Amino acid sequence: MTSQSNVLYIDLGRKSFYIKDRTELFNKWLGGIGVALQLYKEEAVKSANPLDSGNVIVLAIGPITSFYPLASKVVAVFKSPLTGNYGESHAGGRSATAIRSAGYGAIVIKGVSDRPIYLVISEKGVQFRDAATIWGMRSTFTVGRVLREASPEAGLRTIIRIGRAGENLVRYACVVSETYRHFGRMGLGAVFGSKKLKALIIYGKSSIRMPKIKIYRDTYDEVYKLAVKSDLMKKYHELGTSMNVSPINALGALPTRNLSEGKFDWAEQISGENLAAKKLGRRVACSHCPVACIHLATIREPYPDEPYFYKTTFISYDYELLYSLGSMLGISDINGLLKLIDEVEVLGLDAISTGVVLAWATEAYKKGMVKLNDLLVDLDWGKAEAYREAVNFIVDQPNEFYKTLAMGVDYASKIYGGQEFALSFGGNEMPGYHTGPAAYIGYLIGSRHSHLDAAGYSIDQKMKNLSPQEMVDKLIEEESWRQILSSLVVCYFARGIYEPRIVKKTLSTLGYELDDEKLKELGKRIYEEKQALKASQGFKPDELRVPERIFEVPTFHGLIDKNYIKIALDYYSQIFNTIIKKNSILS
Amino acid sequence: MKRLVITDSERCVGCQLCMFACSRRIGFLGLDKSALKVKSVGGFERGFTVVVCRACTDPPCLRSCPVGALRVRDGGGVLLDPSKCIGCRFCEKACDIGAVFWDDSINKPVICVHCGYCVDYCNFRVLGIEERAN
Repeated sequence: MTSQSNVLYIDLGRKSFYIKDRTELFNKWLGGIGVALQLYKEEAVKSANPLDSGNVIVLAIGPITSFYPLASKVVAVFKSPLTGNYGESHAGGRSATAIRSAGYGAIVIKGVSDRPIYLVISEKGVQFRDAATIWGMRSTFTVGRVLREASPEAGLRTIIRIGRAGENLVRYACVVSETYRHFGRMGLGAVFGSKKLKALIIYGKSSIRMPKIKIYRDTYDEVYKLAVKSDLMKKYHELGTSMNVSPINALGALPTRNLSEGKFDWAEQISGENLAAKKLGRRVACSHCPVACIHLATIREPYPDEPYFYKTTFISYDYELLYSLGSMLGISDINGLLKLIDEVEVLGLDAISTGVVLAWATEAYKKGMVKLNDLLVDLDWGKAEAYREAVNFIVDQPNEFYKTLAMGVDYASKIYGGQEFALSFGGNEMPGYHTGPAAYIGYLIGSRHSHLDAAGYSIDQKMKNLSPQEMVDKLIEEESWRQILSSLVVCYFARGIYEPRIVKKTLSTLGYELDDEKLKELGKRIYEEKQALKASQGFKPDELRVPERIFEVPTFHGLIDKNYIKIALDYYSQIFNTIIKKNSILS
Repeated sequence: MKRLVITDSERCVGCQLCMFACSRRIGFLGLDKSALKVKSVGGFERGFTVVVCRACTDPPCLRSCPVGALRVRDGGGVLLDPSKCIGCRFCEKACDIGAVFWDDSINKPVICVHCGYCVDYCNFRVLGIEERAN
């Protein structure tokens, strides 16, 4: 039996741990992001730099994790080395169910180890194991293989690890879970690296006896049927997120060659349809998700030095990767694109940031701001092989230029110039939606400066003629509701299923009685807590930089109006300041 | 009698809904009380192995039991009498495909009864039910 509100506290410096029941915290904040935020605030040293020992990593699951399908994500909170401010990232794989089975609701990782280590976490606590042998290993795939052999309970565990990008503190290094899922954005991999933490293996055999089994089973069946029989998950089920390439391109919203255009002439080549027809080799799923949106392409390559000798590689692709490492770099050759995606996976980089950084570097090179002896390789749109070399340079950092590039595009463009076409917002490289003002205002004001905060791209596609104020209100309303989804913690792809009715119903079977009003209020409260945390870490809305480039390329709404963005940001700034004032009075 | 079978493990996406279903059938949430198991074949990139009881008609697990806690089920496989089981784990070792699982919390084996509850939660038709003459 297991308590769902046990928090595991780990100190990497002392190689010690303890477990504490935090029922009061879970009762108040539900779980997931709600709880993770509070744990972060309790444990992090306020003034700590992201790569200092005072930064902490909090991983949390939610009240319905393992109870219901599609609650298959773990939320991570940390200070981002990319933005220097609030960091949050979500990952699937088997991580969420493994943390539940190990008997924890959240895990807090503090301090720095004196040598490379990895942790084996179970109901029994934590083993601190020497990672000297796997530190510096070329591929995250190999690290996974080694750790699979070295740890128990196949099928009941998660193996979360960083690649060399994280070890070398690339500010947008990711953390890989089960090979193909990631805590992708905002540089959690570098925080792991700074702590000399190579990997976490989490497993457990805890079960929970369900008191009201009949109503639980009925509610489960309702969610399950919505997931597999309705159209709500169809797009993820069939072509996966890559099905977005064609429609987004048709709208002129697919950032191409560093957003010099919104249409990619070869979009059909890198579309979900074409990849499925020519390359799709297997589909896999996160634990407790019947959708299986993870699409793996296969490429078969001959060895040049040996006749009739081939290797076959499985490569996971999604919309964001096809944009950032495809259209954004002008790459239309599918094999070249897939091999580039594979290299990024092997090294453990965030694919979105990597693509945007390289797109900026290419344009800066073409404009003469960066020289060939900086780049070391002749980067040009569409040259996949050259980009493969460049991603290795980002990780190895053989010269000043690549050291700078490893800090992110915002930083690099401050040093080398070209800020007007350095596509980052709040310090985070942009995702693949040039859909209109809502997308960009969303990147700017979202807590993690991501399309995931409030899906502005969707507002752009569904609504017209909103005033800047209405737009900001809409985005904040959506972001506030998403705090509930992230507290549960469900996959955002299932947001159509986890509407308030289903959220209340599932929670009610677990003893939480929350009405619409209370849910809304809690979502808003968590949103405000995040803004307050961002403010305490130095975030100022007035300092947000908007790259000129986004105003030069038409969207399907026409050119984006600068003044519209300015009014929206001013309005958001007022809201932000009100929240901060209210919060400082409360605390 | 019915028997749980694997129709095609190549179709398995590794979602483990069958395992959750098996635990839920007996009133539990989790994976370790499941009488079947899904694990990767050396990483997600290689696909998955699904381990289920094959319903042997002459079950080695039964023959290994020193206390007669297992008896042959009609249609193959075994049924456990927990009151006789002493938790020696011989049955677990006797099953070459690893389909006798272990419940650490009660120190008894978990063995499939071929009820087919899991089949309804496999969205990819990896699992099926087969009729077998007694």
